[in-house]
Amino acid sequence: MKIMVPINETKSGAEVCPSFGRAPFYMLFDVSTREVLYLDNPAASASGGAGIKAAQFVADQKADVLLTPRCGENAGEVLKAAGIVLYHTIAGSAEENIAAFEAGSLAPLTQFHEGFHGKQ
Amino acid sequence: MKIAVLSGKGGTGKTFVSVNLAAAATSSMYIDCDVEEPNGRLFFRPEGIRAETVSVMLPVFDAALCDGCRKCVDFCKFNALVYIKEKPMVFPGICHSCGGCALVCPQGAVSEKPRPIGVIEAGTSGDTAVVTGVLEPGEVSGVPLIRAALTKSEDAESLVVIDCPPGSGCAVLESVSEADYCVLVAEPTAFGLHNLAMVLELVRLLGKPCGVVINKTEGQYLELENYCASQGADILCRIPYSSELATWGAKARIAGRESKEMALVFRGLLKKIEKEVR
Repeated sequence: MKIMVPINETKSGAEVCPSFGRAPFYMLFDVSTREVLYLDNPAASASGGAGIKAAQFVADQKADVLLTPRCGENAGEVLKAAGIVLYHTIAGSAEENIAAFEAGSLAPLTQFHEGFHGKQ
Repeated sequence: MKIAVLSGKGGTGKTFVSVNLAAAATSSMYIDCDVEEPNGRLFFRPEGIRAETVSVMLPVFDAALCDGCRKCVDFCKFNALVYIKEKPMVFPGICHSCGGCALVCPQGAVSEKPRPIGVIEAGTSGDTAVVTGVLEPGEVSGVPLIRAALTKSEDAESLVVIDCPPGSGCAVLESVSEADYCVLVAEPTAFGLHNLAMVLELVRLLGKPCGVVINKTEGQYLELENYCASQGADILCRIPYSSELATWGAKARIAGRESKEMALVFRGLLKKIEKEVR
């Protein structure tokens, strides 16, 4: 099983990025091998449809689970079609969130926002 | 002559000014491009309405022909397409109907089908032809509908007044694209000034001649007057706040048809603009 987390920096202890679609990087964690991969988000500076493109990227990386503080409706639709399960992050680093997920203490993400579409 | 009436924010008096300008001419065409909230028809109460549906093209994928090369997904700069579980998927609200996905598909697996986004109603009110764009609720972009509404003015010989949507985004850009002159309606408040600056920047960028109408004045708001002077933006007229105008507005009555005084104000405004354009 592979877990994807949007992050602000590519280093151990990096904070979870508050944005899913426009996060600069993702951390991909392989639960069985305990291997960590840092990936550039190709959608980070998309002029529009960033969430959709980011969701495609996450699906292409064969992630099974996405840990994120929030997610837009369109990205949510892509992730759902890809069969990726979303969980709501808590304060702390990506590693802390992965540990919380493995301990079964993260709640599923059920709220999807309408997107910002040019708004801040 | 085509006059576009715009303002940075809603509720400033675009429709009030547009409707009265169109009514002040002996014959005219009024086009409501505020397609999310077209209110001009409430004032004109047009008759003999003919409606036509406006559609945009949306890609349809033939799963039997698609080999999953993703050329369409990579081509779409709007990111309206994804390829998930060996199936292409389109987001209609993001798609700009450019047709690029169908062009780049080596398998010929992409075709296009029309998707209705709204209607254009055309009718008459006295000597004014009234064209109204009505966007389907929930639709993301009114631009294709605005473009279609504006084609109605192609062979208009009389004055054309274009009532724009609020803001300074794509829909406004489309609405003013064919205009010979832009009337910027502003409220004498700090917020009104901020929004005027936005639309002034837009019309200057487009190289359109323009002038300002200050609506709902109560004395002089110096910041706005000084700003216009500093930008070389001509103040065409000042319309005082009055409960009478508000009452007519609430009853959807055209002020210039209710009072001789207001008819004179708008005939004067129209003359001023005609002089500027000539």
